[in-house]
Amino acid sequence: MGRYLLRRLLIAVPSLLGISIVLFTVLALAPGDPFGELASNPAVPPEVAAALRHKFGMDDPVMVRYLRWLLAMLQGDWGFSFVSRVDVDTLIWQRLPTTLLVIGSSQILALLIALPVGVFSATRPYSIFDQIANTFAFIGFSLPTFFTGLLFILLFSIHLDWLPFVFRSDLSATGLRWYWEEFRQSIMPIAVLGMFQGASWTRYVRSAVLDVIRLDYVTTARAKGLREGKVVLRHVVRNALIPVVTLVALQMPAIFGGAIVTEQIFRVPGIGSLLISSILANDTPVIMAVAFVFSCLVILFNLIADVLYGWLDPRIAYR
Amino acid sequence: MAGSTPASLTADAAEVARERAARISPWLDSWRRFRRHRLAVASSIALLVIILAVLLGPFLWHVEINEIDFTARLQPPSAEHPLGTDDLGQDVLARILYGGRVSLSVGLAAMMVSLFVGTLIGAVAGISRGSVDAALMWLTDLFLSLPQLPLLLVITYLFRDQLKQLMGAESAVFVLLVAVIGGFSWMPVARLVRAQFLSLREKEFVEAARALGASTFRQVTRHILPNALGPVIVAGTINVAAAIIAESTLSFLGLGFPPDTPTWGRLLFDAKDYLDIAPHWVLSAGGAMFLTVLAINFIGDGLRDVLDPRKVM
Repeated sequence: MGRYLLRRLLIAVPSLLGISIVLFTVLALAPGDPFGELASNPAVPPEVAAALRHKFGMDDPVMVRYLRWLLAMLQGDWGFSFVSRVDVDTLIWQRLPTTLLVIGSSQILALLIALPVGVFSATRPYSIFDQIANTFAFIGFSLPTFFTGLLFILLFSIHLDWLPFVFRSDLSATGLRWYWEEFRQSIMPIAVLGMFQGASWTRYVRSAVLDVIRLDYVTTARAKGLREGKVVLRHVVRNALIPVVTLVALQMPAIFGGAIVTEQIFRVPGIGSLLISSILANDTPVIMAVAFVFSCLVILFNLIADVLYGWLDPRIAYR
Repeated sequence: MAGSTPASLTADAAEVARERAARISPWLDSWRRFRRHRLAVASSIALLVIILAVLLGPFLWHVEINEIDFTARLQPPSAEHPLGTDDLGQDVLARILYGGRVSLSVGLAAMMVSLFVGTLIGAVAGISRGSVDAALMWLTDLFLSLPQLPLLLVITYLFRDQLKQLMGAESAVFVLLVAVIGGFSWMPVARLVRAQFLSLREKEFVEAARALGASTFRQVTRHILPNALGPVIVAGTINVAAAIIAESTLSFLGLGFPPDTPTWGRLLFDAKDYLDIAPHWVLSAGGAMFLTVLAINFIGDGLRDVLDPRKVM
């Protein structure tokens, strides 16, 4: 397992490098540069602007600039936010836990929906339950998160007045009360994301279980006299989860996309809303750093998926 | 009881049955399989209605999309404005019909870009194998692990102004969105095409073509590609829905089309601040998008039953 993990980690390095090249190329190809504003500012003489450009190495060849940028990123020197006047990494570290909390809980919710519903549908294919679940799954992943979010606000905040629709990071309550308020304001963002993911995972789980449940070893397990519940949970689901893990890992970028939208709707102070606000404010260092953090997160979750493979199917780890 | 049936009649019946079986073309067979998926048939009709409404609606519903009338702000649905009005007193129905044109055409065009790029890369990888295949698949995996929405946002933000100078604001955003959305959704298609190529190129009929001296190009275009098309069409259908959602997401975040172009996402972006006093606005724009995406997804599911029988779930 250790060697397998190490190999996976080594494979992740070229991907990270590739992503950094893509990001940097996008930035380098883009018209305009951070000093564009300086050049058009009449209060700054042109020679000062040129000296500044030279000092920050804006006139060097692209390769040199890329290497310098990469080294700086690796050393944790992520630049300085033009707008907030703080270091980019402080800004991101402030926001990251919220995002991870929202994404993590919504994934757990999605699993709690998808696993039971998918497995139950697959054990009774084409039953009424299966058809209803399938229809709901289709509706679930055809509803974009931004529309579900607005519908939730309309229903639960405006009509029923049960839940707050703006996420606040400065709750005045203390103690248990604080946890309760935090829970209440997290329900809607987590539910919106979790339901969207849960809907598509339900279909993956169902089809994966259907593929496995007719195999001979399942019949053997039944013939041994095992209870149906044990057959399904211990023998079927474990093997069916392998393709599901693949599909979930492939969906990780989409999950982050959903998180950005959800954070924006409910004004959750995470890195997704940081990305949007810095794009609207032309805050390039923050934009690049957040995009890079998102890429790292995708790669991280792919690594976690690899670990899960190794656990679900030990043969993969020893190959 | 076998003897009680006249032999000649049985023979006739068998012949009729054979003749009828012979007349079933692949298209008819496909249609029969598609028809069994009732939701897919209903969705096709719904999508047809939506497309017709979007195409012909503006000719029948003669209200300007940007006719501002401050005396009729945020009105609920009425006979004069079937879907109500927005914060500037513009007719929501007219804006949804126009927005549907933009959203649907972005979806279709982005799907075509993704199919073209995906088929090209998948075909080249599948036919050449070796190091070219490895390199192309590494590229595919790299693109699969890119965070798409953040990059979409960054790219539209960085390049929008430059393109705007080259052409009008609306067509610049259109070209940019189609290129970027298509450019980030070709990967599943490439993988599908490559997998199909790897299995098809070893089949006997391709071997026969090769033995007859068909060039690689002819083998690919005449023998392999047509047989690999089924799953690609299914993936393309799903991609239309995904592209519509992607465009709407960008517009919803305020980074898509300019404010005077009412796409479905843009309508939701404008409507979200009036959620409490004008829910009809959000519901009608979101509902139009939801129905379209749902219909396309169901059609994709029906097509999967027809074109990709192994994957029937």
